[in-house]
Amino acid sequence: MLKALEGSQAIAQTVALCRPQVVAAYPITPQTHIVENIAKLVADGKMDCELVSVESEFSAASLVLGAASAGSRTYTASASQGILLMSEVLYNIAGLRVPMVLTCANRAISAPLSIWNDQQDSMAVRDAGWIQLYCADNQEAVDTTIQAYRIAEATELPVMVCMDGFTLTHTLEPIDIPEQDMVDSYLPPFNFKRALDPANPTSVGTLVSPDFYSEARHSHHHALLDAADEIIAADNDWKQLSGRSAGGLLSVDGPDDARIGILTLGSVFGTLSEARDEYTELPPTKLIKLRSYRPFPVDALRHACAGLTELIVLERAISPGYGGIVSAEVQMALSGKPDMPRIHSFAVGLGGRDIPLDIYRKLHAAIKVPEPRAFSIIDVEPEKLPVEDHGIESANTDSNQQRSIS
Amino acid sequence: MIEVRIHGRGGQGNVVAAYLLATAAINEGWHAQAFPAFGAERRGAPVVAFVRLNHTPIKRRSQVLAPDYLIIQDEALMNVPSITDGLKSGGNILLNAANSRDQYPTENNVDNSNLITLPATHLAQQYLGRPVPNTALLSAFLKLTDLLPHSSLIQSLEERFTGAVLEKNIALIEAAAETIPANLWKQNANA
Repeated sequence: MLKALEGSQAIAQTVALCRPQVVAAYPITPQTHIVENIAKLVADGKMDCELVSVESEFSAASLVLGAASAGSRTYTASASQGILLMSEVLYNIAGLRVPMVLTCANRAISAPLSIWNDQQDSMAVRDAGWIQLYCADNQEAVDTTIQAYRIAEATELPVMVCMDGFTLTHTLEPIDIPEQDMVDSYLPPFNFKRALDPANPTSVGTLVSPDFYSEARHSHHHALLDAADEIIAADNDWKQLSGRSAGGLLSVDGPDDARIGILTLGSVFGTLSEARDEYTELPPTKLIKLRSYRPFPVDALRHACAGLTELIVLERAISPGYGGIVSAEVQMALSGKPDMPRIHSFAVGLGGRDIPLDIYRKLHAAIKVPEPRAFSIIDVEPEKLPVEDHGIESANTDSNQQRSIS
Repeated sequence: MIEVRIHGRGGQGNVVAAYLLATAAINEGWHAQAFPAFGAERRGAPVVAFVRLNHTPIKRRSQVLAPDYLIIQDEALMNVPSITDGLKSGGNILLNAANSRDQYPTENNVDNSNLITLPATHLAQQYLGRPVPNTALLSAFLKLTDLLPHSSLIQSLEERFTGAVLEKNIALIEAAAETIPANLWKQNANA
């Protein structure tokens, strides 16, 4: 049944349905309401778990690593600086192949200090070895959280569920929270085969010499790649039960004959989708919603781009000194494809800048160029920039930034 | 789609007002969305929240740039030049103010025939013992627009509050509704 819920409240209720035994988190905007709501559920006796208040995100991650290694189903959540403070432990969790679920309430990274939404935080730990799933709305975040436990426990990999801070976490909308029975039937109790056991002591995380480090990395990489099958299966099975798909690895929305595509991660998808309905004079456009960023679905992406001549990759973070993080990977994924579309890389909505419907029209206008431009932040306001930082000419019209295509 | 922008100050229950309105609509079978645009989150700072109401699912996540209605919880905010930005032509303003609408416009070129005032802080002091004007304004808003029944607001209050706080708020919203003409903005709501 659809209920009016704030995104964070819905996530807390969903986490409770997944019956984690240990939760540890440190509050940080915009994740705070998730943890507050979990604390309320525990205090009201509606959630039976060990909730540990810790003194930092480093401790939160360390604590759930220990608990999960001992065989507990665990949960934590963070954002922004909190994700960065966790980062050392995040690599350890993944490298030790310990399954757990973390919600990243996506937020910009300091400096300059911003509490608002973009996806620089999860992008900063892109290479930590976690599965990363991006959610376009709160229903997807609910369904993905449940699926994440199944994926994590089947693959022995941790899963980061990425949901845009404020844009999703602080938005109240109609959300269906599944029945406990349905979640229980989908998610059997966690049985970690490698759980630490005092009766059978082992050491984990010890020094690995050059004789074996490469092999460990190889195995980790391939475990991530192989997780794609489980991500698809988990979504299919959930759809059987609930009637809803959360979007598999990626999903494509739009007319088959579209020649223009826009690839998105997260909640900007909905805005573009309504913009497409509104700006009917613009050419047919496919919207590609990339849900699984790690593992990166190369084959699915190549398939999704069939027939496209132009592909806009809409970035919610940047790699300063290079540009678009996702676009670089998309370019590589599609390279060698005989009918490869031209790739246009734009960042939008950094540090919480509003993404209006009009961005759709701007994107269409920006790709009408002889050669794709270099990456740019499409909603930068040049008049606010000092002259020495290209404040006179718009970053989007600067002819010096034409990319030479090899 | 009906879009509402709520202006207030930290501590006035701005976000709660947006959530209560959207909750009432969702309980009545509408699709609705409510979200804040926080500035620095501290008491007294100007804050904005948005509500969208629609009969089909709402997918956009952008801020409300062209609201049909403004609800302004602090009359001093009427002096902020951008406060009425984007208000649709024929759009209406519900203002928490002790004085009648003849006292307005102030620095804004507000067509005061579109403006209704409610002494919501005064009413809240009287019924809640606290200067929190949000629920009184929502009650007035529903009476003016007839978008949702009064009972839907009671239901959404019941989902959020209990005990004395709930009872006092219900008394407050009844009193607020009595002072406001019914259906004055109804045509706009149906447009």
